[in-house]
Amino acid sequence: MMSATAVAEVEINGRQTPLGELPVWTSALDFLREHGLTGCKEGCAEGECGACAVLVARAGLAAPTEWVAINACLIPIVALDGQQILTAEGLGSPSELHPVQLEMAMRGGSQCGYCTPGFVCSMAAEYYRPDRVAASQPLSELGPNGFDLHALSGNLCRCTGYRPIRDAAYALGSPPPSDPLAARLWEPAPVPAPTSIHVDGASFNRPQTLPEALAMLASAPQTTVVAGCTDYGVEVNLGGKRPRVVLAIDRIPELRTLTIGDELIEIGAALPLTELERRLQGRVPLLAELFPAFASRLIRNAATLGGNLGTGSPIGDAAPVLLALDARLTLISSGGERELPVADYFTGYRSSVRRPDELIRSVKVPLPLAPLSSFHKIAKRRFDDISSVAVAFAVELDADSVVRTARIGLGGVAATPLRARTTEAALVGRPWTAATVAECAELLGAEGTPLDDHRASARYRAAVLRTSLLKLYAEHPGRESGVPEVSGASQATAGDSC
Amino acid sequence: MIAIHDLATRPESAAVGVPIPHESAALHVTGTALYTDDISYRTKDLLHAFPVQTTHAHARVIAINSAPALAVPGVVRVLTADDVPGINDAGVKHDEPLFPPEIMFYGHPVCWVLAETLEAARRGAAAVAVEAEPLPAILTVAQAIEAASFQGARPIVACGDVEQALQQARHAFSGELEFSGQEHFYLETHAALAHIDENGQVFVQSSTQHPSETQEIVAHVLARASSEVTVECLRMGGGFGGKEMQPHGYAAVAALGAALTRRPVRVRLSRQQDMTMTGKRHGFHATWRVGFDADGHLLALDAVLTADGGWSLDLSEPVLARALCHVDNAYWIPNVRVKGRIAKTNKVSNTAFRGFGGPQGMLVIEDILGRCAPLLGIDPIALRERNFYRAGQSTPYGQPVRHPVRLAAVWSETITRGKTASRADELERFNAEHPHRKRGLAITPVKFGISFNMTPFNQAGALVLVYKDGSVLVNHGGTEMGQGLHTKMLQVAATALGVPLDKVRLAPTRTDKVPNTSATAASSGADLNGGAVKDACEQIRERLLTVAGGMLGVSPRDVLITDGVARALGARPGDGIAWQELVQAAYLQRVQLSAAGFYRTAGLHWDSSAMRGSPFKYFAYGAAATEVEVDAFTGAYRILRVDIVHDVGDSLSPLIDLGQIEGGFVQGAGWLTLEDLRWDCSTGEGGGRLLTQAASTYKLPSFSEMPEIFNVTLLENAHEAGVVYGSKAVGEPPLMLALSVREALRQAVAAFGPSGSSVNLPSPATPEAVFWALQDASAPCDGAGTWAGHGRTPVDGAVVRPAPVGDRPKQPLHV
Repeated sequence: MMSATAVAEVEINGRQTPLGELPVWTSALDFLREHGLTGCKEGCAEGECGACAVLVARAGLAAPTEWVAINACLIPIVALDGQQILTAEGLGSPSELHPVQLEMAMRGGSQCGYCTPGFVCSMAAEYYRPDRVAASQPLSELGPNGFDLHALSGNLCRCTGYRPIRDAAYALGSPPPSDPLAARLWEPAPVPAPTSIHVDGASFNRPQTLPEALAMLASAPQTTVVAGCTDYGVEVNLGGKRPRVVLAIDRIPELRTLTIGDELIEIGAALPLTELERRLQGRVPLLAELFPAFASRLIRNAATLGGNLGTGSPIGDAAPVLLALDARLTLISSGGERELPVADYFTGYRSSVRRPDELIRSVKVPLPLAPLSSFHKIAKRRFDDISSVAVAFAVELDADSVVRTARIGLGGVAATPLRARTTEAALVGRPWTAATVAECAELLGAEGTPLDDHRASARYRAAVLRTSLLKLYAEHPGRESGVPEVSGASQATAGDSC
Repeated sequence: MIAIHDLATRPESAAVGVPIPHESAALHVTGTALYTDDISYRTKDLLHAFPVQTTHAHARVIAINSAPALAVPGVVRVLTADDVPGINDAGVKHDEPLFPPEIMFYGHPVCWVLAETLEAARRGAAAVAVEAEPLPAILTVAQAIEAASFQGARPIVACGDVEQALQQARHAFSGELEFSGQEHFYLETHAALAHIDENGQVFVQSSTQHPSETQEIVAHVLARASSEVTVECLRMGGGFGGKEMQPHGYAAVAALGAALTRRPVRVRLSRQQDMTMTGKRHGFHATWRVGFDADGHLLALDAVLTADGGWSLDLSEPVLARALCHVDNAYWIPNVRVKGRIAKTNKVSNTAFRGFGGPQGMLVIEDILGRCAPLLGIDPIALRERNFYRAGQSTPYGQPVRHPVRLAAVWSETITRGKTASRADELERFNAEHPHRKRGLAITPVKFGISFNMTPFNQAGALVLVYKDGSVLVNHGGTEMGQGLHTKMLQVAATALGVPLDKVRLAPTRTDKVPNTSATAASSGADLNGGAVKDACEQIRERLLTVAGGMLGVSPRDVLITDGVARALGARPGDGIAWQELVQAAYLQRVQLSAAGFYRTAGLHWDSSAMRGSPFKYFAYGAAATEVEVDAFTGAYRILRVDIVHDVGDSLSPLIDLGQIEGGFVQGAGWLTLEDLRWDCSTGEGGGRLLTQAASTYKLPSFSEMPEIFNVTLLENAHEAGVVYGSKAVGEPPLMLALSVREALRQAVAAFGPSGSSVNLPSPATPEAVFWALQDASAPCDGAGTWAGHGRTPVDGAVVRPAPVGDRPKQPLHV
């Protein structure tokens, strides 16, 4: 029943392995384990623990190919048709340990060992990153060898307390040229294979071109669109969803562009966030603040802006930032293209104006950027958590320190991400002072309709909305000194207005 | 000179004490180490088992209709209570039916579906129709107390005259505290794989800390003799106590399915199933009254500790006993009355978790000291130190506290190494300069009793085999869950035999090698199994010394075996018999080259009804100094620096011990800060459901919670007589060092308010909890605290501002 033009297969640890006939939602994790590679572990099946991390060869930025670590539990194996996968077993063997494996083993980086193969893969990706260079000034999350600890933000260990794993990461040298995996970086990356696999009435499709994808969407409106599969995998594994038609768009060139112009930056909706982060190089400070706070590196290696908006989640972290940036979306269908502000995109809980036959093509960020910006993510854990509240600010002051424009994007306080319009309106035209901020913070605390849930209480959500403006002011104080008091919520009286 | 039989003395060039990596490290890092479920992928004809979880917190099962499941393609069989040939009980107390007639918690599995694929089993389970009649549910400890819903023993630890002491105390306070449990979140969820062999015997591979008990339960469910059931544990991907009592039922389901279908059956819980079906660390509720003298010495403690046992007893009784035996932590309290009880609630059956009640007991006393120090006007560090046990003093349950000097030593060394005095000044300056960020520094001690409270469990066996080629295979009753027990046992065996480490291999733990083992728990794995391995090795070595004496023409008493060479005392290095040659000679002389070793911990006594005795072989000591920084805008915090000095005796394996200390600390910090178990406590539909049942909602520490500076020192000159090679247990005690994180957060929160404020901090101290605490601390004091209004944390009573408690109050101040 396989109807692909060529036999679908993946290269695993250097060996070509046919995909065979298997349900199209079968994860790479299950596939690898079925093929005896049980070093790849399931710890959570939702891309939170990283025990399933593996490496894939992808077209790189600093070399033709880069080894990129992703969560094998989330991506269906059919999405890797024609690609190269490396697992911990493929990096080294007990008698011939890979340098990453050696450091992890010798320094006590493994205790129970269950999370270890995943850590090894995440660490190996950073080990082989071609633009990793020794740091002139090691920071708390940047090793002297240029190892970025955020590379391990998607891996959980319950045994070690992480210190020996950090030490192992920071002790790594550079791969010798004789290392075949290092040499591999300078060969071309595998090209995306056109895939169309039909098994038991379900299909997985990877068209080569945008028109093909749009035609497919137009003909089958129930299609599930995937890019990095980071949401799809959770729906399959935890939600028990078994979509009948899946359309993969993450390798379509028109969706992977990045154009930096004078008036706007246009970001392809299917660019993985890590790639976007590296290519933007801090050009958009709000996005630069967003990326390290957005899930984990493992997720960002797969997840896209289009996907984060496509799910319509009220707690996706991209939306508040894009709202503050006054970004616009282009939606495309075989009937044409339309553009709308991100603020008009969401219509309700996990719903949007996107029609079933439309794809998000790109996100446009207008220039110039507001000079005063900040992203505040309030969550239990600093790495890899879901926001209780996310707030993005973009404020422009005039020469007299009067607020000229203010845009505030909020997440986690309503059924959709939203702009804090009342607060914004109140700020505009007022001097950027502690008094203004104190008054407007009260308004901000009343925006949205936050709920109680297991992440936070409604009361806390409202309180940190309020303090977020105070925090912004503390980070960017006005000419007069002093920051308003944090305590004593809702001190504003009826007579106060702003 | 014959074999050294003293348990604690180390020979020269011993393999113990050498820092070596985990014995399986090379397998771990290459993904080639096998765990229970990995074997499934190498097993043909496998059936997959999937639980039918119910959605009532409490209900009577009226009917189970399996027919729709059997209609699902691939479904082979549905296991129900009718299929159980033996005893329908997953535990040993007859209160934990494997297939329950009454649904006792939301998600309780009532039956299991067997199918050709996991997908078919899942679909089959969804198709099973369970008819049930809902019953009233008890979802919180408060509701249980209100309804007097308790189970099991109601122990009391008492000494002295509490009422009189409280009357005479210069300062008396009372308070209340409720704190959460903790999900184990071992990365490997529960798993079992059962086969029936050609002889009809049952072989179960199980991720279990207690293979012997898994064996017993499989046997009683199947109505088989224990000799017909073998349980093997290759290794676990973490246990932490969660696989001490909880794996038995899953092993029994696999075994039952295999017995009925004659095919291998695999059970592997998904993360959601594991989190919604298995027990966790007990949350507790505590009320207390405490009395101090004018100098801040503890005079009396009167407390009631109520553990949230969940729906069945499981290990709640011994957990509670250990909590009561650790409510003193490191402090001498002359008059004590601590009552314990176990709430019966409609939640998962709470169970062992690293520390086993010890952390809960200690949390209570550390919370008391943290809250009372400002009210007494005494620096918390000084208050703690002032109340340490001194020589000659005994615990409230009557055990003399040996080596209190070590407690003083770890404390003072923590202060010295942590430079806490000078840092306290820097911290003051920082806090003065930063209105929106405050730092806090706290030091807390740990005194943790080592041995199972239940005396009979303090025994272990080993089977050591020496083959003709000189290679050595060690079997012992302990299980490997990452703690490095096997590494230590290799070092013990190599040391006791006098051979290089590479001569010795460890076999997976199996009940057909060593019978009647205790759980690998209570930090006792190395003490107990080390004693047994050493005993077995020494039997063999004695025999070999006789052989060597004959070959060398000297008395066996004058032979030494070191580094794999037997030599007469004083002989030149070359003049010896190589180990392999010696073993060969012994074989030819028909000398037995295997031995069963046994160990029992001497000198223990415990009367569990009177709650008196000397249940512990010794105490493990440690101290931690932790500095945190709190953000006023959100309550978010970071752990800036941790300095730990911990007493592991003479370490058997320093790299392993360091890993246990660091890992235990971070795991404890997780419990006390961000790990936040939330249940739906409503009475409506969904009541009793665990809301945080995934890694996305239940957050354990990640790299971002690792202390930025993390210094751990093993106490020197810490030889422990009477324990294998002078070592001490290390698995659990360091977890409780994390109480310093909680106390440091309390200090930081207090820094937002006027000095001398008593801060009431919920547990876990999530950023939200810290935010409200600092809001309270910095809000203008109206005399009446606002805690009751802050939602879920039922800490009532006002925060009492520093009061000059000149006269003894008639009623204790409620703090």
